[in-house]
Amino acid sequence: MGKTIAEKIFSLHAGEDVHAGDLVVAQLDFVMGQDGTAPLAINSFHEMGGRGVFDPSRVAFVIDHSAPSPNEGVSSLHRLMREFASEKKILLYDIGCGVCHQLVPEQGHVVPGDLVVGADSHTCTYGAINAFSTGVGSTDLAAAMISGKLWFKVPDSIKFICSGVLPEGVFSKDLILFLIGEMTADGATYLSAEFSGDAVKALEVEERFTISNMAIEMGAKAGLMEYDEKVEKWVKSHSTRPANPVFPDPDAGYEEVRQYDVSRLEPRVALPHTVDNVSPVKDVEGQEIQQAFIGTCTNGRISDLRTAANILKGQKVSPSVRLIVAPASREVYLEAMKDGSLQTLVEAGAAFVTPGCGPCVGTHNGVPSDGEHVISTANRNFKGRMGNSRAFIYLASPATVAASALTGKITDPRSYLQK
Amino acid sequence: MLLSGKSFKFGNDVNTDYIISGKYKFKTLDMNELARHVMEDLDPDFYNKISEGDMIVAGTNFGCGSSREQAPLAIKHAGISCVIATSFARIFYRNAINTGLPVVECDTSQIEEGDELEVDLAEGLVFNRGRGLEIPVKPLPPSMIRILADGGLIKHFQKHGDFKFD
Ligand code: SF4
Repeated sequence: MGKTIAEKIFSLHAGEDVHAGDLVVAQLDFVMGQDGTAPLAINSFHEMGGRGVFDPSRVAFVIDHSAPSPNEGVSSLHRLMREFASEKKILLYDIGCGVCHQLVPEQGHVVPGDLVVGADSHTCTYGAINAFSTGVGSTDLAAAMISGKLWFKVPDSIKFICSGVLPEGVFSKDLILFLIGEMTADGATYLSAEFSGDAVKALEVEERFTISNMAIEMGAKAGLMEYDEKVEKWVKSHSTRPANPVFPDPDAGYEEVRQYDVSRLEPRVALPHTVDNVSPVKDVEGQEIQQAFIGTCTNGRISDLRTAANILKGQKVSPSVRLIVAPASREVYLEAMKDGSLQTLVEAGAAFVTPGCGPCVGTHNGVPSDGEHVISTANRNFKGRMGNSRAFIYLASPATVAASALTGKITDPRSYLQK
Repeated sequence: MLLSGKSFKFGNDVNTDYIISGKYKFKTLDMNELARHVMEDLDPDFYNKISEGDMIVAGTNFGCGSSREQAPLAIKHAGISCVIATSFARIFYRNAINTGLPVVECDTSQIEEGDELEVDLAEGLVFNRGRGLEIPVKPLPPSMIRILADGGLIKHFQKHGDFKFD
């Protein structure tokens, strides 16, 4: 029988012919830790007797979750990371560089065919450029830094074939929210998800990252996509490393194949307090909001800021709403300066915060108050996610978030997009 | 590796908060202290009932929820020798092997509370002694058994400085 993308990447990195269910020790191409997970991994690293890392150019720490530091406790963990990074000569992306999952592909550290681990559950993001990347715990991160290898169980795969053309005003975020609603939060546990079909092919690479990023929200281990000219072009403009594209065999074995026609899909929103609690936006239209957030590793890219700027151009955010924007990286920030989206958004009333995770994980930069309703472009809306378990979080596309910021209520963006 | 002990039976979707409640896991890094509260919300007296070597037996999706390594560590420090479940949540499964807690996937419908069990990890067999039943499981590959026998990934690295499976 043929092989899936996951089976091929693991075969290449294990140096033997492997199939779903096999346990392997595989070579890693890149290893990442962030300020929520790296400090513990540094402890494990020392406990394991680690001296150097396997290849300093293939290990990065990113200070993005609480950046700049909001308090002394975090400051000392950041210092620990900086000291470790300078001692071991690994890459360090300090405050202001951006979110880890934006930086790893943008800075050219991952290319098609790679096997990557990160101590962060949304490491699955890089599946959009045909790399197998997945989240691990702190002990795994330590072992990976020392040896450049990890053990894996080669996963079974589930394939999503999305055909048709996404209607105007409906985005990749709406598509992945829809699929998560169909699958539920654990519907793809253990599995490697492969997203394919004309509707996916039609998306730009930036938009594809949004889908792979949220594969974990249906429990998947990875969110893989096929290699094509768009990926080729995107990767060439970000990395000098050679790509090693991997295609699934036509007779590859899947645990399940699901087909969807997306031509009539409407904007979607995930309601509090779970990501799989998904409804069409029209079912909750009119729900008042007090805060809107555009950013994160899901939707903080330049195309997302442009979409928001398109809706808010020449307008003012509702006086009852605070609009917070966190560009996913410094490069995104600079792009937004150059093309004017930054000015448009600031004139509309947006408060920009440092490139990084922003208020996504609730450590700082916009913690909502009791009973407040927040609409966000992030990937998780669990109770307490933004730092207050008595607040309510809705997840939607940047267009829906911008339109909602404009009206003060959850709003279908389709009539607000300007030409 | 040969293990034996009696079974404690649980249902499906035992999440990491049931295994060790969030209110304890952030308070201390002392695993023996955490172990006293293992499975407390499902059975307040659980810790006191355990004899060294006993096993947790459960249904599907055991260990779902957060990726904290405290969950398998608390089970291990409570004296449990292995967890047998129909299926495991992915990150729990990894963390269990990395922290040295054997995990076995098999059909658990033929195991009841209190059954005397023997588990042969290398052969891939669960033997239900009281009922004279052999339940087949996929044997763990030698590499995983090696990590488990060393007591987890940290100890494995202390000993070998790398993954060492030959
Ligand atoms: S932006 Fe949010 S989801 Fe993404 S890495 Fe940061 S905290 Fe995690």
